[in-house]
Amino acid sequence: MPETNRRTPLYDAHVAAGARMVPFGGWDMPVQYSGILAEVNAVRTGTGIFDVSHMGRVYLSGPQAGELLDWVLTGSATTLRVGRARYCMICNEAGGVIDDTIFYRLDEQRYLLVPNAGNRDEVVAWLRKWVDQRFAGGCDIEDRTLETGLLAVQGPEAAQLVDRLCTLADGTSPSGLRVFTLGSGAWTGGGLREKAVFLGRTGYTGEDGFEMVVDAADAASAWDLLVSHGATPCGLGARDVLRLEAGLPLHGHEIDRDTSPIEAGLERFVRQDGEFLGSEALRKQRQDGVERKLVGLQLSGRSSPRAEYSILYQGEPVGRVTSGSYSPTLDSSIAMGYVLVRYADPGQKLDVDIRGRPTPVEVVPLPFYTRPRRSQ
Amino acid sequence: MSPDDCKYTQEHEWVKVENAERGQALVGITDYAQDQLGDVVYLDLPQAGSSVHQQDKMGEVESVKAVSDLFSPVSGQVLEVNTDLLDHPERVNEDPFGQGWLIRVTMSSASELDGLMSAAEYESYISGL
Repeated sequence: MPETNRRTPLYDAHVAAGARMVPFGGWDMPVQYSGILAEVNAVRTGTGIFDVSHMGRVYLSGPQAGELLDWVLTGSATTLRVGRARYCMICNEAGGVIDDTIFYRLDEQRYLLVPNAGNRDEVVAWLRKWVDQRFAGGCDIEDRTLETGLLAVQGPEAAQLVDRLCTLADGTSPSGLRVFTLGSGAWTGGGLREKAVFLGRTGYTGEDGFEMVVDAADAASAWDLLVSHGATPCGLGARDVLRLEAGLPLHGHEIDRDTSPIEAGLERFVRQDGEFLGSEALRKQRQDGVERKLVGLQLSGRSSPRAEYSILYQGEPVGRVTSGSYSPTLDSSIAMGYVLVRYADPGQKLDVDIRGRPTPVEVVPLPFYTRPRRSQ
Repeated sequence: MSPDDCKYTQEHEWVKVENAERGQALVGITDYAQDQLGDVVYLDLPQAGSSVHQQDKMGEVESVKAVSDLFSPVSGQVLEVNTDLLDHPERVNEDPFGQGWLIRVTMSSASELDGLMSAAEYESYISGL
């Protein structure tokens, strides 16, 4: 590879901990520490911690920041209450997905957008383009990805763990934040006492937890503190299995410029009213229907369908796999993929061509895994 | 560390002669291979009674993130398959030179072993990867 990959503020900590590093989205990232299966289990039963500093932290502020986002995102920004977060797509005019993102409304005129690592430059350029064309002077864009770190602390015990180490600005505990809300606060423990932390009750694993923005200079101390209090270091390998079990799409697999949120089953993240980029194309798809749909596929065995494998009906190709893995939580192999709509109903029996072996699969509803409800 | 009583291939399989008179040998993948693969979740191995040929594909090993072909380090007939691995593929990770063995073969030509690497040669080979 001619270009060198970027390193997160935690790179040295990962290497020192024996993580296996791989290139991902232009960054050198840990794919695993102890092992993917053990790490998945830690997140499903305790607390796992992920370095997701490779993802973007893009701040938008100004009197027209909300209007810009209303134009660029499939979800409304101006109707989102301050202190809340929302998941949606960034689409092009044709309704193709440039990226998917969670965004947070920090203040009346200030938002935080978290694009995927490999799409960050493109998303920032896209935002700037539309500021220039429609909202000139009304919105500042500040990409703070390299000045900050982003940690995801995920699992049924994550909230308890974070409560022991952080407090919100109003003196309350982070566990008081509801899902998809955010809070600013400070560390209460270790060498980080009184240093700032931003907490969002969000994640990408199907479990409860937080995503935490810290200054790059504090990232390694924050990581060490969380790990020393019981969070299990997890890599991108486990993260990919967890998000697949939770039925969450990964840009470049389930969604990309050639797929639409309607095909991907993400209609609920696309508002039906108003004009925004892609709105016309997406409304038409909603009305006329689409040719293919994203489905969940479950197998009885442990051999996994992988991305790009053919999905067959009576030997004829009717679709392709976008992601697949052995699921330790379900103890069977699972996959997501696109099939022609007439084969997309749950219960439909199909085959996946696993390296020349047609292997029976069944269409199942997504997600594969939903976390058990707990009494608080 | 790679045991001295095994011979090794560039594709990270090992073969250990158990009974030279009968040409019986065990075949598996190395510690390096299991470490590179990560958690093994599925193995596709040849049937007992089938023939395998040196350097030919004899099966597949799947981990959570990867799938890799298995190549036979020797030619011969498959005597036995380690069926424990169906329910316990993790044994390949935990004990690749022991309980994680893959197949037992009757070699058709012991001289094929001469073309394989010794433990020291294999160690030097993987240190250069």
